[in-house]
Amino acid sequence: MDQPDKARLDAEFSALYKAHLRDVYSYAYYRIGNHHDAEDLTEQTFLQAYRHFERAQAESDGRPLRPWLIRIAHNLAANLYRDRSRRPQTPIDDTTVLSAMHTTEDLVEGRDELARIIAGIQELPEERREALIMRFALGMDNREIARAMGKTDGATKVLLHRAIKQLQTIVTPA
Amino acid sequence: MAHVDIERMLRRALAPVDPPERLKTRVEATLQELTDAAVDELDGWELSAMRDPRNWVRPVVATAVGASAGTALVVLRVRQERRKRAAAARNPLDLAERTLKAAVGEARKLARRD
Repeated sequence: MDQPDKARLDAEFSALYKAHLRDVYSYAYYRIGNHHDAEDLTEQTFLQAYRHFERAQAESDGRPLRPWLIRIAHNLAANLYRDRSRRPQTPIDDTTVLSAMHTTEDLVEGRDELARIIAGIQELPEERREALIMRFALGMDNREIARAMGKTDGATKVLLHRAIKQLQTIVTPA
Repeated sequence: MAHVDIERMLRRALAPVDPPERLKTRVEATLQELTDAAVDELDGWELSAMRDPRNWVRPVVATAVGASAGTALVVLRVRQERRKRAAAARNPLDLAERTLKAAVGEARKLARRD
């Protein structure tokens, strides 16, 4: 590869990193459940992404690379669990999540509901939980989620629908 | 709880999380280490895949990390021990992992001191 090509690729990777650091970190945090491992996972994701960036870009055919990044994070997280043979060490940090609420009124009126949602998410099967993280934490559309999870658009739509339906059942008092 | 409410609550429960500054510091240190390794010792290893990061590390650092005194101090300390890590590392990624650990250690030391 000559210098101008390399410089262009490096500049494009720089842009990708800046654009999606928060996405990768958010995914890692909600997937793993603690900041320490989420930081490791984010770091490793970008190192791997850099190694394979040229090929990914060539194969993407101009499509956004965020699903590819999230797929790397997904695979690394799976490896982490396999290596450690354990579930997340700690549940999602409720105080951090709650701090994202915007108003005092929210805090008063929504706290119980939010706590039920957070607990409900933890009860979902892994694949459904992941789909919800991608949709609601990262704002990914069906097509992006499908690419990240290696599914068809239709299967992803069904997966999300079922995830929300199951969550609704979990959090709705009998 | 209605369907629409579930989605509203999910957006709150899964609000995006900003990466901490210390993570950006780690990324900076690791990528900087890869840059130096590429220049000094690792030419011809897997850099056909990894490429020389010199052209993108600095812009990333400048815009995403900033040049805080704490960051600079961590990088300086990590770089001081680079020769030892390079001697012990099996390959550039192993070196990057060692650097990562060193950066985390230094950042924690700094945080404890503050």
